[in-house]
Amino acid sequence: MNLLQEAVSYLNDPFNWSRPNGILDLGAQHLRISLIAVLAAMAIGIPVGALLGHVGRGGGFTVALSNISRAVPTLALLTVFAVTPIGFGPTATTIALALFALPPVLTNTYVGFRGVDRDVVEAARAMGMGERQVLVRAELPLAVPLLMTGVRTAAVQVVATATLAALVAGGGLGRIITLGFRQQDYGAVLAGAILVAALAVLTELLLSALSWAVTPGPRRLPLGRVRTRRPEAAEVAAAA
Amino acid sequence: MLSAGGTVLAADAAPNPWFDPSYVSDNWDTILSYLGEHVRLTVAAVVLGALIALPLALVARRNRWLAAPVLALSTLVYTIPSLAMFAFVAPVTGLSATTVLVGLVLYSLVILVRNFLAGLQSVPPDVQEAARGMGYGPGRLFWQVELPLALPSFMAGIRVATVSTVALVTVGVIVGHGGLGQLITGGFNANFYRAQIVTGALGCVLLALVADLLLAGAERALTPWARRARS
Repeated sequence: MNLLQEAVSYLNDPFNWSRPNGILDLGAQHLRISLIAVLAAMAIGIPVGALLGHVGRGGGFTVALSNISRAVPTLALLTVFAVTPIGFGPTATTIALALFALPPVLTNTYVGFRGVDRDVVEAARAMGMGERQVLVRAELPLAVPLLMTGVRTAAVQVVATATLAALVAGGGLGRIITLGFRQQDYGAVLAGAILVAALAVLTELLLSALSWAVTPGPRRLPLGRVRTRRPEAAEVAAAA
Repeated sequence: MLSAGGTVLAADAAPNPWFDPSYVSDNWDTILSYLGEHVRLTVAAVVLGALIALPLALVARRNRWLAAPVLALSTLVYTIPSLAMFAFVAPVTGLSATTVLVGLVLYSLVILVRNFLAGLQSVPPDVQEAARGMGYGPGRLFWQVELPLALPSFMAGIRVATVSTVALVTVGVIVGHGGLGQLITGGFNANFYRAQIVTGALGCVLLALVADLLLAGAERALTPWARRARS
């Protein structure tokens, strides 16, 4: 348990938090990169997924996309963007992470819009709604739970994966872990691991609360529910 | 460099192709040994994960109150970033392949428990009742009735676990046992040698696709009745 004490003392040292490239610096960088990546993925994935789901086309495409994306190692994508003319740094990391966040957002949005009861759409049309109104006022509220599942999966995945940027000279909290390994300082490694894991779990909890808050109708907490469907349809692996 | 004066120096123009067949043929033995490590880690992680996940799923099904905590715990484990997972394990097992294996088993275990449980829960109670009525004991009930019915869900879980494990092995570079991931970071550290990076990355993707195809074939072979019903 000596190691745990080392990790705790690392975390208790205010200098480790406030110094340049300390926990606060790296944490802010980590969150900034993650936020931009998720927002970019949402900006592309939600409209495309909504349109595909609305017209009911492209199901095979989205499922194939999410299946293939699972086979591509995150490390490979992070590295490949770092050796393009973009160069290694926050930009390359952000692009790679946005690409990784896209499949869960796209797939879940598609499944959410596709799964809207056709009768509801018919009723909305019969009430005189135009195509856009049907999309935004009838289908969107019903698709929100799955859409938010996609965003949550993507966000947790991105926050977790941003750690790997440190392996290819990127920033973020992963740097504490890689530096610790390089210096054989396992106390720092453990401290970094605790920080990164806590951040990922916090993201999950925060977004679960958010998706609960924006879901209309009878509310169910998304945690701890027994899911009986196969995972590949709606939920894409969140491991980094 | 100093005398460049706007012209491109030979050193700057050194070719750095995205893919180079001669790199693959020159380093075939190295690539094969990393590939071997990658395959060994993946197979071991999925097999061990399945061996642990099956009893867990069986227990969680029998005691309904256990199902929610098991699933919540698996969500929690799944949320932990892989680099952090290896960092948690590394102080105990050191810079060895065991560190990578323990982390990978935990991830595959988490995927498999969910799918195994979903598969077992999808067996219709009527079928279980009928089998019990025909005198099936718990062992025979599992092997001859429940397992075949839950097999599609089991295989779906094993396929997802295998494909994500192949991708996850690469993170093992942090302790020097990342299989083909070693090529990716190796190329990155060797002055951004693209051919090496792309070879490692392509190798991972191809390995994942081949593994998925093999498992899909195994699923077809194991469930001949599903094929007959479809055609």
